[in-house]
Amino acid sequence: MERRAFYRNGTLPWLLLAPQLLLVLVFFYWPTSQALYWAFTLEQAWGGGNTWVGFANFLAIFRDGQYWATVGRSAFYAICATGLSMAIALTLAMFVDRALKGTRIFQSVFVWPYAIAAPAAGVAFRFIFSPEAGLIGSINDIWPGIWSPATNGWHALGMVIVCHAWLGIGYNFIFFLAALQMIPKSITEAGAMDGARPFQRMLDLQLPLIAPTVFFLMIMNLISSFTDSFGLIDTMTEGGPIGATEVMVYNIYIDGFKGLDYSGAAAQSIVLMVLVIALTFVQFRWVEKRVHYS
Amino acid sequence: MTSKWLFGAALAASALSVAAPASAATKFEFWYGLSGDLSERIQDMCKTFNESQADYEIVCVSQNDYEANLQNTIAAFRANRQPTITQISDGGTLDLMLSGAYVPVRQLMEENGYQINWDDYFSGIASYYSTSKGELLSMPFNSSTAMFYYNTDALEAVGFEGAPQTWEQVEQIARDLKAAGYDCPVAFDPTGIWQWWEQFSAAHNQPIASKGNGYEGLDATVEFNHGKFVDQLTWIKKMYDEGLFVAKSKAIGETSNDAFVNAKCQMSSSSIADHGTFAKQAVEGMHWDVAMLPVWEGTERTNTLVGGASLWTLKGSTEEQYKGAAAFYAFLATPKQAEWWSTVTGYIPVTNSGFKAMTDKGFYAEAPYKGRERAVESLTFTPPTEYTRGVRLGNFGAVRLEVANAIQEVLFNNVPVQQALDGAAERSNEVLRRFEQTYAGAQLP
Repeated sequence: MERRAFYRNGTLPWLLLAPQLLLVLVFFYWPTSQALYWAFTLEQAWGGGNTWVGFANFLAIFRDGQYWATVGRSAFYAICATGLSMAIALTLAMFVDRALKGTRIFQSVFVWPYAIAAPAAGVAFRFIFSPEAGLIGSINDIWPGIWSPATNGWHALGMVIVCHAWLGIGYNFIFFLAALQMIPKSITEAGAMDGARPFQRMLDLQLPLIAPTVFFLMIMNLISSFTDSFGLIDTMTEGGPIGATEVMVYNIYIDGFKGLDYSGAAAQSIVLMVLVIALTFVQFRWVEKRVHYS
Repeated sequence: MTSKWLFGAALAASALSVAAPASAATKFEFWYGLSGDLSERIQDMCKTFNESQADYEIVCVSQNDYEANLQNTIAAFRANRQPTITQISDGGTLDLMLSGAYVPVRQLMEENGYQINWDDYFSGIASYYSTSKGELLSMPFNSSTAMFYYNTDALEAVGFEGAPQTWEQVEQIARDLKAAGYDCPVAFDPTGIWQWWEQFSAAHNQPIASKGNGYEGLDATVEFNHGKFVDQLTWIKKMYDEGLFVAKSKAIGETSNDAFVNAKCQMSSSSIADHGTFAKQAVEGMHWDVAMLPVWEGTERTNTLVGGASLWTLKGSTEEQYKGAAAFYAFLATPKQAEWWSTVTGYIPVTNSGFKAMTDKGFYAEAPYKGRERAVESLTFTPPTEYTRGVRLGNFGAVRLEVANAIQEVLFNNVPVQQALDGAAERSNEVLRRFEQTYAGAQLP
């Protein structure tokens, strides 16, 4: 049965909506429109004036080989961080779902990383990964110079990706666990009676059944790695060494704030925004329609 | 979505400026980009100023570093919440000059009835912060230049007496030190472009950019990929590969300054402003000294560039607040205050008379201040030339970043020196062209 509430008073719904609309307007549409305007002008840093340049800012960034390098790096970052984080979270959720000893403790423990702010985690991981003093750095005592995130770009990028993946595990874990627990026990039990081992059951039964969750998480993780990597990178590597950890969002910060090129940064923001909108669109249109239980 | 960053920064900055409650004294704000020990000294200075008179109250706010201070000041200015005075580093000078956001300091002082002998400022300092006609636009404040620090114990241990004056000597000492078992002869900060690039170029009278380092027009192009800096970077790479220069930076885990005061590295280059800190932090029993930057043999040394920052008076304050700002500048220029500032930090006095008064008093005659006079010597070694009067490049911060990346590419990724510098130059020129377009038609003051 469907239940609906009707308002006789026409203004009341708008009043109830107002706080939310105001927030969205002030914190999203206003700055976005500002960025959109800047992206088509050359904006003086101190606000002394600007000139309309059409698509020149976009052409400039698309012509720039180093910009495409940051795009490629962002894609690599997003795929690795998403894959790593989801694989670990799924494994943990599988074990917790099997109701082994101590499940209830792990259920809450595994969620904790999600509550840690990225910059705080970044600082902690910087110590852990420090080549001179850190936990990981101690392998340099055995093989000197083997771990050097300050000079080796791949080390630095790997380090940030691992931290990003670690931060996302808690969030992914909760969704996976919830999805796994939604699967009727009888199905797995039937599988077990037919002689399928736990790993076989995961591949053939559980994974297909939680496919909608997997796709939802994939999109959310991809979006998050495009936009939320800033805090980690800023505290851990500041984009270095030699720009090896400059992903799209960090490049915006460097060009806009360090380079005072507001227009170039605004154009990059728009590109990133379009990318995120596209991913969201995929999530709503493609994933939600195609992926369903069958 | 990401444009939230822009807005967030503006919001955070404006939240910092607290509305002044009504009181007898006129309040005005001063934002600065220093932290730690230096920030505490500025707070002391503000306290002294507030206690010295009853008409004005200065509120001094640390924004942590020059970069953050510039960003926050811009955000605040765009939101009309800017402080009366802000501290802008050497490299940001042209950005400010073209902003139209300031009141020239000379005009400010004249309007408020202060007589200042503008010719008293060291020419190398004045030329960095003045218009082409020689009118100072900002108040010189914390001024420094790059110096060469060395551990006298270690140098004596390999039989070298006195200060290294040429890079040939530095190389020889480094080899001897290495042979004697020192594993870090020279600490090299790969992001330390200010001392290793800009100041090297100045001491050797090499252009950083065409058009007299940008003084003659916004259409200047960078020149660091020709001339002596190419050879210098080639040499640095060679020294690095041989383990004679050791990379030290915050990212690596130990800064070059820390490595020097802990006696792990025996030579290093840094600002004279660190002289006081080194004296405090050097491990017990360690002897060290400071010298002008070495030059290559057969080079006619020229003066080095002033580093540090100057104070800009921003538009948008009340007349009373400007009176307060002028009173604050006058207070800074008093001999007593100038000497105090120079004593508790390593910054040098900014006027000829101030320097002379301190020399006459015997300030530089003995430890711990002995050696700081060499910074003034370096800064005033010759009258400023076309390439040693300063740098007038727009968004110079972005250019610095390109050079820092080029140096690291050469050191860590074995990219050929010329190729790395050409790449950096090409990108730097794009930055400059963008700046030129943004300020199309603007004239350098």
